[in-house]
Amino acid sequence: MSGNKVIKNLKSFSTAAERFEGSHVLCPGCAHSIIVREILNATNDNLVVSASTGCLEVCTAIYPHTSWDCSWIHIGFENSSTAVAGAEAMNKALRKKGRIGADVPEPKFVAFGGDGATYDIGFQWLSGCFERGHDMMYVCLDNEVYANTGGQRSSATPIGASATTSPAGSTSYGEKQNKKDIIQIMAAHGSPYVAQVAPNKWKDMIKKIHRGFDTKGPVYINAMSACTTEWKFAPHETIEVSDLATDSLVFPLYEIIDGTELNITYRPKNIVPVRDYLGAQPRFKHLFKPEYEYLIKEWQERVDAYWEYLQRREEARV
Amino acid sequence: MNSKIMDIKKIEVWDGNMAASQAFRQADIDVVAAYPITPSTPVVENYATFEANGYIDGEFVMVESEHAAMSACVGAAAAGGRVATATSSQGFALMVEVLYQAAGMRLPIVLAQVNRALAAPLNVNGDHSDMYLGRDSGWINVSTFSPQEVYDLTLCAFKIAEHLDVRLPVNINQDGFMSSHTAQNIRTLDDKTACDFVGPYKAVNAMLDFSKPVTHGVQTEEDWHFEHKAKQHNAIMRSVKVIDAVFAEFKALTGREYKRVESYGMEDAEIAIVAFGTTYETAKIVVDNLKKEGINAGIIAPRIFRPFPLEELAAQLQNVKAVACLDRSAPGGTVGALYNEIAGALFNSPARPVLSNVIYGLGGRDMTVSVLTGIYKDLVKEAATGKLNGTIQRFVGVRGPELNYYNA
Ligand SMILES: Cc1ncc(C[n+]2csc(CCOP(=O)(O)OP(=O)(O)O)c2C)c(N)n1
Ligand code: SF4
Ligand SMILES: [Mg+2]
Repeated sequence: MSGNKVIKNLKSFSTAAERFEGSHVLCPGCAHSIIVREILNATNDNLVVSASTGCLEVCTAIYPHTSWDCSWIHIGFENSSTAVAGAEAMNKALRKKGRIGADVPEPKFVAFGGDGATYDIGFQWLSGCFERGHDMMYVCLDNEVYANTGGQRSSATPIGASATTSPAGSTSYGEKQNKKDIIQIMAAHGSPYVAQVAPNKWKDMIKKIHRGFDTKGPVYINAMSACTTEWKFAPHETIEVSDLATDSLVFPLYEIIDGTELNITYRPKNIVPVRDYLGAQPRFKHLFKPEYEYLIKEWQERVDAYWEYLQRREEARV
Repeated sequence: MNSKIMDIKKIEVWDGNMAASQAFRQADIDVVAAYPITPSTPVVENYATFEANGYIDGEFVMVESEHAAMSACVGAAAAGGRVATATSSQGFALMVEVLYQAAGMRLPIVLAQVNRALAAPLNVNGDHSDMYLGRDSGWINVSTFSPQEVYDLTLCAFKIAEHLDVRLPVNINQDGFMSSHTAQNIRTLDDKTACDFVGPYKAVNAMLDFSKPVTHGVQTEEDWHFEHKAKQHNAIMRSVKVIDAVFAEFKALTGREYKRVESYGMEDAEIAIVAFGTTYETAKIVVDNLKKEGINAGIIAPRIFRPFPLEELAAQLQNVKAVACLDRSAPGGTVGALYNEIAGALFNSPARPVLSNVIYGLGGRDMTVSVLTGIYKDLVKEAATGKLNGTIQRFVGVRGPELNYYNA
């Protein structure tokens, strides 16, 4: 049977055949594993998967073990997109030449990259793949930090977060730059489908992944991935922290179709203050000093403004 | 080969770039991912033109950088098919990270490398600094001396790389402009003969074979990394047998003979130059001239730079009294790489010729008959006295004060 897998409830998840096995050494509570497992288990199709250097890669393919019951490749930190694009080109070539028969079902091509791999070092490769229009899904596991190497800042690290290369100190509130708006950038590439997902909103996520699999061309998924180690919450709090992220609208869930049609896919019943989201993570602890109150206020204003912007775009359909 | 057959004459006038492009076309490659840079740009342009006119039925992916070109080649090769690309100099430098990964992942990719100087200063002309940059990357490195050799050895490269006992990437080097842009009569093979010689691609651990999912590019630390690298070294060392067999098969087909070490005039040589690339062709003329003068000179060129033909080179130098090792790459604070390797080859052998190192031709500075003759004349003196004329290392053909380094 090929195509998308019907997943009605959490039970059908837990009974799905595993293509991402438990034998990995990601931290307990790491959202990377939840996201990857859900994506791999959302389809019955054959998969060619790549991963960039980062937590996911170093924790799942430690010779002589592998967690991947699918075709899988890692080359380097910046090129998981191009690795899968190369495989996708080979698939096209071998079909054209008749070395893969027309009766053999088309596989799906999925690249995973951390935010460091995506927003920073691999951005050129990603942009090139999207410009060329490879038939692939790129998933950014966005934990807003270089987690694998011990918590250095990336251009996804939000303002005010303390990272090891932008630490909070007696004269610094930590990261100084706002997070890069990668979703809009990828939509501007003319991608047919771009979406932000979060593993706690798993139904929304699976719907988007299914849509991504059904879309021809380069699809970009930005997956919020709460990191217990670098966001510094307890391993059992992953879903609670993720709920705070989506319900405070720090990570709004939406999609953009063909670069223009924006749909908000999750509207929290009770929008929680950004302050609560920040308060749950010791990486923002220092912002609660009186002198940095203004940063929390600014942050709330930014989130409000962006939510307003998304709603207007949704209405305007442009 | 299912794509349109190109009607080519038995003898075509091609430059080294066209020779590489035509060998690529005839090898029926599945994926070429590439990026242009002088002087290898025409390899890619020619291939694009073949594609635009229906002569290519594989995929041609014009990527956004050389790093991406090699990354796509790695992904495509791991997926399970024939893969090649072309580059030079800065492009090669940008690829270096992935070159090591391609070799470590044992992927049989073929690279047409048109050698060019590395900046700074920026320079588009030929020297061997890019070839030297990749020498420890684990690729089989082949040196060619003329467009004919580029054609022949590019066809051989696929066969060597893809052999089940090898499965390593192969880099076919040619001198920027001296070979890449110099048109020559090329004895060709028709499409079918060439394609049959290369043979069908044999997939190993293909990602597109879903009956057996494979994991490529794993993590190994101190527990397994060394074993992987040892196995990889063993494979490149053992590739010698396959290289010799492919050369023998090529000779049977075409009559053209290639050896891992090429030499000219060495039968009675008392003095010799060792050099890579087109310099070999110029030196042959000088050797003929000198023999007429009664000077027993010879020229040796490692055809295969990696795996380094240490034993064969040592054997060829046993009866020689003085040797100049010519390096066309700025050594950056030591003796040239070729000097080092020849010295290493000779150290455990009975022969101890006087050994000198000449740095020449950087950034495309011509290596002329007269400069080569001068080097041989110095060797005559060294052979007679059994001592170096001056220092171990010297620069030739460069303006300004003489540059001499290291006393014996
Ligand atoms: C070219 C290169 N530069 C730097 C590194 C070191 N490095 C490996 S993973 C990594 C950070 C990964 O961060 P991210 O992509 O966000 O993934 P995460 O580990 O957070 O999931 C860094 C800096 C590398 N492997 N390669
Ligand atoms: S450091 Fe963070 S991203 Fe990495 S494995 Fe642990 S929880 Fe996951
Ligand atoms: Mg990260």
